[in-house]
Amino acid sequence: MKVPVSIRGLSKKFGSFEALKDINLDIAPGEFVTLLGPSGSGKTTLLQVLAGFVTPTSGSILVAGEELLTRPPHQREIGLVFQNYALFPHMNVFENIAYPLKLRRLPRSEIETRVRGALDMVRLSQFIDRPVDKLSGGQKQRVALARAIVFEPRILLMDESLSALDKKLREQMQIELRHLHERLHTTTVFVTHDQREALTMSDRIAVINNGALIQFDTPRAIYDRPRTRFVADFVGETTFLPVELGTSGGASVFGTPLRLPDHAGAVAAAQSDSWLALRPEKLALSPAASPETNVNSFSAVARETIFQGDSLLVIAGFPDGQSIAVRLVPQEANRGLVPLPGQPIHINVHRNDSILVSGDV
Amino acid sequence: MTGMIAAASSGTADASYFARAERREAWSFALLALPGLVVIGLLLIVPVGWLFVLSFIGKDGGVSLENYARLAQPVYVITFVTTFQIAGIVTLGSILLGYPVAYLLSQLSPRAAAICMIFVILPFWTSVLVRTYAWLVLLQRRGLINSWLVSLGIINEPIPLVNNFIGTTIGMLHVLLPFMILPLYSSMKTIDGDYLKAASSCGASPMRAFWDVFFPLSRPGLFAGTVLVFILSLGFYLTPALLGGGRVSMWSMQIATNVSTYSNWGAASALGVLLLVVTIAILAALNKVFRVDKLYGGR
Repeated sequence: MKVPVSIRGLSKKFGSFEALKDINLDIAPGEFVTLLGPSGSGKTTLLQVLAGFVTPTSGSILVAGEELLTRPPHQREIGLVFQNYALFPHMNVFENIAYPLKLRRLPRSEIETRVRGALDMVRLSQFIDRPVDKLSGGQKQRVALARAIVFEPRILLMDESLSALDKKLREQMQIELRHLHERLHTTTVFVTHDQREALTMSDRIAVINNGALIQFDTPRAIYDRPRTRFVADFVGETTFLPVELGTSGGASVFGTPLRLPDHAGAVAAAQSDSWLALRPEKLALSPAASPETNVNSFSAVARETIFQGDSLLVIAGFPDGQSIAVRLVPQEANRGLVPLPGQPIHINVHRNDSILVSGDV
Repeated sequence: MTGMIAAASSGTADASYFARAERREAWSFALLALPGLVVIGLLLIVPVGWLFVLSFIGKDGGVSLENYARLAQPVYVITFVTTFQIAGIVTLGSILLGYPVAYLLSQLSPRAAAICMIFVILPFWTSVLVRTYAWLVLLQRRGLINSWLVSLGIINEPIPLVNNFIGTTIGMLHVLLPFMILPLYSSMKTIDGDYLKAASSCGASPMRAFWDVFFPLSRPGLFAGTVLVFILSLGFYLTPALLGGGRVSMWSMQIATNVSTYSNWGAASALGVLLLVVTIAILAALNKVFRVDKLYGGR
């Protein structure tokens, strides 16, 4: 089932604390949207409002054009997957997944078929009679997922659903969830504080901080064109350099005029409080300043090199003392580029990778 | 014990060292349990065993079943039935009164719950005797409750609330209610609120979610409370003796009468043994009903 979800002017106050500030979010039918933010940002509150466990102070949520907020939680037709799975401990795998179907009074044979279908989908068919306490964390997660999708909900909500799993399993589940979504195309809202998870799984990411929606974009746009310092900092590793704005509209860093990308956002972002956001993997090193016209080149001094297996992190210092990380792929061709500590180097970045962000929020 | 471990650690860590360490650990656990075991052994098992032996000794001093044969007399049968009636009603009453209280406590914030818990535990700080006399004052013919009921026009004549079955039940219910609330509360406390949210997202109304999820998960507490209250009621003496006014005869009172009035230890022992056997049988039956052992095993 594919339904659009439209969140309009949603606010929630707990006393004087504003947990959600005027959230406006339009989710397309069948879209996989991730709410990304640090803990306490309000992303879970937003999910709880969608699920019906928190009543907002004001606002509206339209699902397929119909108001959701006036419906009690059990009539919202929303599948919910919890961080701690919340599988009913007194029921086995089959009974857990069959529960929403039993409540809908489906005939026994249909329940059987649907539960088996859902278990197939999460590749857990052989565990149908297992008590839930005899399952591993990953298996519990799959059962919880099966229980949430078996009744074909209009919306699927997932609250930090993978964060209790270890890293390898989590990455595997991310891909599986993604594939499952491609099959079912249920409108999905996924909550996480893990930026990598958000980038991997989402059609679009809503970055939330201090109860406000900061940026709502595709993973690529969030990563490559963050609008604020917060987004650039929260998603990916970033070094921020202070930008001085010239009277003629040009911008410079450490006295060096900046060559900026063509896209419009770059100039719009160039306000009084602007920063140049640099990603370690988009930087290159050279002994002398790059002669290329599309490249910004800054002089610095190498401090140390950290070996991380799949990459080499070169830490360098600018004349003002600020440090910056440059990520090199540790392949043979880069061997000559690794500087010694104390060696003067130039750090080069293509103008299209030179992101200007505003400092506020 | 630290000294022992320090001395041993100077040796080499071979197989015999680990075996010794394991034995030492087992022994230290046994030592911890020893004082309790001694007390239980001396003060419980020995006397109960002695009573068990006594119950099979007749008036002439020989082995006989006459003490058990006596239990078929109508007076004992009536007492037996009354005891179980009262225990049953008190248990049922404490479930009906205690379950909502425990539920409320489990849903409150820890601070509020701690404050409310004081009121549940408060009766424990006063003696049963005092509380029982307090009920006598409240329930008697010209007591507070009767005079209120009359002045409110609910009844015309004072009704007999004490020195009978009703008074006994009310008094016992009051004394035993905390024994229902406390285990219920502690088991409800462990029920994750997410279970109810999960049930709700599956489409269960609050009522449905309660009966399908919360209630089954509170069964261990319900079982513990039921067993506690029921078994304590079976052996209750003071409250029925005072509030029953001699009209309610409970098992424990028959035992007391046999010992203190007739000095018939054999008969008293037989009554005690029968009560013990029946109690164990009821425990086993309750365990079957509540399926506590299977609670977390799924189907």
